[in-house]
Amino acid sequence: MDDNLILQMENISKSFPGVKALSDVNLAVRKGTIHALMGENGAGKSTLMKILDGIYAPDSGQIIFQGQTVIIDSTHTALKLGISMIHQELSPIPYMTVAENIFLGREPVGRYGLIDKRKLNADTKALLNRLEIDINPTSRMKDLSVANTQMVEIAKAISYDASLIIMDEPTSAITEREVAHLFKMIRSLKAKGVTIIYITHKMDEVFQIADDVTVLRDGKQVATLPASQTNKGHMIAMMVGRELTEMFPKEYAPIGEIVLSVRNLTREGIVKDVSFDLRRGEILGIAGLMGAGRTTVIESIFGIHKIDAGEIIIKGKKTQINSPADAIKNGLALLTEDRKLTGIMGVLPVRDNMIIASLPNYEKKGLLDGRLIEATYKQEKSRLDIKSPSMHQLIKLLSGGNQQKVLVSRWLLTSPDILILDEPTRGIDVGAKAEIHKLMSKLAQDGKAIIMISSELPEILGMSDRILVMHEGKVGGIFERKVATQESIMQAATGHGLDAEASQEKVTI
Amino acid sequence: MASTTTPQVLGKSVSRESLNAFIRKYAIVLIFIVMFVGMTFLTNAFLHPRNLFNVVRQISVVGLIAIGVTMVIITTGIDLSSGSVLALAAVFAASLAQQPNWHDAKYPGLVVPVIVPIVAALAIGLLCGVINGGLIARFKIPPFIATLGMMTVARGFALIYSNRPVSGLTDTYNFIGQGEIFKVISIPGQPPLGIPIPVIILAAVAIAAHIMLNNTRFGRHIYAVGGNEQAALISGLNVGRIKIGVYTIAGLLSGLAGLVLSSRVGSGQPGLGVGYELDAIAAAVIGGTSLSGGVGTIWGTIIGALIIGVLNNGLDLLNVSAYWQTIVKGSIIVVAVIIDERKNR
Repeated sequence: MDDNLILQMENISKSFPGVKALSDVNLAVRKGTIHALMGENGAGKSTLMKILDGIYAPDSGQIIFQGQTVIIDSTHTALKLGISMIHQELSPIPYMTVAENIFLGREPVGRYGLIDKRKLNADTKALLNRLEIDINPTSRMKDLSVANTQMVEIAKAISYDASLIIMDEPTSAITEREVAHLFKMIRSLKAKGVTIIYITHKMDEVFQIADDVTVLRDGKQVATLPASQTNKGHMIAMMVGRELTEMFPKEYAPIGEIVLSVRNLTREGIVKDVSFDLRRGEILGIAGLMGAGRTTVIESIFGIHKIDAGEIIIKGKKTQINSPADAIKNGLALLTEDRKLTGIMGVLPVRDNMIIASLPNYEKKGLLDGRLIEATYKQEKSRLDIKSPSMHQLIKLLSGGNQQKVLVSRWLLTSPDILILDEPTRGIDVGAKAEIHKLMSKLAQDGKAIIMISSELPEILGMSDRILVMHEGKVGGIFERKVATQESIMQAATGHGLDAEASQEKVTI
Repeated sequence: MASTTTPQVLGKSVSRESLNAFIRKYAIVLIFIVMFVGMTFLTNAFLHPRNLFNVVRQISVVGLIAIGVTMVIITTGIDLSSGSVLALAAVFAASLAQQPNWHDAKYPGLVVPVIVPIVAALAIGLLCGVINGGLIARFKIPPFIATLGMMTVARGFALIYSNRPVSGLTDTYNFIGQGEIFKVISIPGQPPLGIPIPVIILAAVAIAAHIMLNNTRFGRHIYAVGGNEQAALISGLNVGRIKIGVYTIAGLLSGLAGLVLSSRVGSGQPGLGVGYELDAIAAAVIGGTSLSGGVGTIWGTIIGALIIGVLNNGLDLLNVSAYWQTIVKGSIIVVAVIIDERKNR
């Protein structure tokens, strides 16, 4: 047995109804290292870590932690052993304060068994200061941004004095600047001897911070190797089992007339004077930092939020959109940012999730035509290569990428002219991502107009014909594809004094 | 061990999972069958056709309410007003169905065709349902509170309208609750047994509701709203209208239940149906309807109602005290929810 190993998970297997999530997976993690766990969605990364955190019990296999065979039957046990996990889906208690959330269940108690609030807040302040996190301990969680909520979760994990911290895609919802801060924290934890298991989809991050990498594919371990001995192409090949030549292939599509014009769209306090045009065959990327108002802009266009001022002109006609139903009638479709919260209906079968926005199409004499629905399901399943055992499968049992494909299909079935995709590839695996990109090109070629919000710059640069950058609720710049660079976009997004024209000059020089 | 006992013909990897899935899906049916067989052996009278018809006749009122409640719960709502709406519909309809020369007639000398009290009962239920739905969808009042309000208000109106039973109802009206048709089951020495009309009403409503939920747009919208209201809204559904529709149907069925119950007992009493809303919710939940929404079937609810019915009847036949019956019923509801929770893991 290797003394350097803090953790060995041996021959771990786990099945869920209908899926073999893990089979005979081995994971060995060296003490004091940052160990990246990679793989497509559905590869079993989260399941493996939830076993380590005591959320799931493995069907077979054993866990050796700090030289001892352990049985981790609950999160509580995991914490006692010194294992702490930061989940991908954050679950703060919204109406309680930062301090109360961090020390939940371990509140310092003073006289008469009452909570010592002063100590609670002071301890929290000290902890946050140590981590260089600038958040008020008495703020309510509901008032924090996603990134700050993330930071609080990390602080909480660290506050347990864990020797092993698991981070499940901690950067999926935060901006690049915040990622830099996060990495700094991770490195300083490592310097203190803490071991970190880091689940991610993002290659760049692995090479920036990881010492070792374990790649999982379809519930099996493909390899564990030092990060220095691999590269992007090699890793993608291991994850998907094939080489990906081009990750973001926007193919040529003829650009036609303007189908959507937004003029001076304003929503008090969030979005101000946003104007842009969208043409047939075009993909308009919207970039910007978290909280820049990107999602609010498109949700206002789609009738989810009320517009305080401004006009929406669809195919030359000024259009009033008061509800999503209005938007759909006018040929709009919106794939929302948060798949779980506003996208899928988890407890319903794939079938319903797919057809819910286009039900009138299958109605005959007041009844839904089951045969037509089944034919539609089959057609969509093969068109988008959706992996689902049947149309009666509950959508929550599909992988993230396949859920997303079902949602894409939901919208395509409404035959929209204008597709708005908010973070269409967030949290989905490399293979499904490439397929969605390919589909977007195809849709553009079919004459659809597409708006795509994305926080991933390579995706924005690769897929967009033009890029609208938002900064603090306003348009920070609109760039043509050929002149846009990561630097120019980041500058516009952070409001660093360069207007679009100036940055174009800078780039073309 | 389990894998060796499953049939090998089906292929060993599939069979255990699908067997588990099958058991999970039809657990409620199995429980019903076990109870049915148990009661058959424990008592002499249970399996008698007359007794079985009594069981279904008894569950028909709660069954009607439970169908509406199932739809409401699928949208993540709840309806606590069913029992009171039933009573209000019952007294109102009964007052329009009294014999014209009855000594205590509410409207002495009134003679109207039987369709009038029928429509009246349904209209009362519909109205209460629309108000419930409106409060919930337009004024964003939590369903628990809105229908709790309706529960006391409707009961109050029922008592104001008549603080004593409205009796002396016409034979035509009483036929709705007491009549039988298709008298084909003959038992030596007794009049032939037919199918009680309340049972036919329940079966018709259940079939219609099943088709509506599974094969119409509105039905699928109900599941979508319960599955994820926000996603349903973004998919272009008029969530408010769907909710109003669901509570309206629930109210309508409570009205229908009031009609059936008052005609079965031969009088409209303001105290009818107390606690029926809870039995209806219990039937839905035992039948697999999830209080977190998006999940539920009409056939499950009917089985749930049958389980409650068989339990009441069987415990009666076994001379178990009514107090113990409530304890058994309560425990079964909790166990049903535990099973449901485990299923969802």
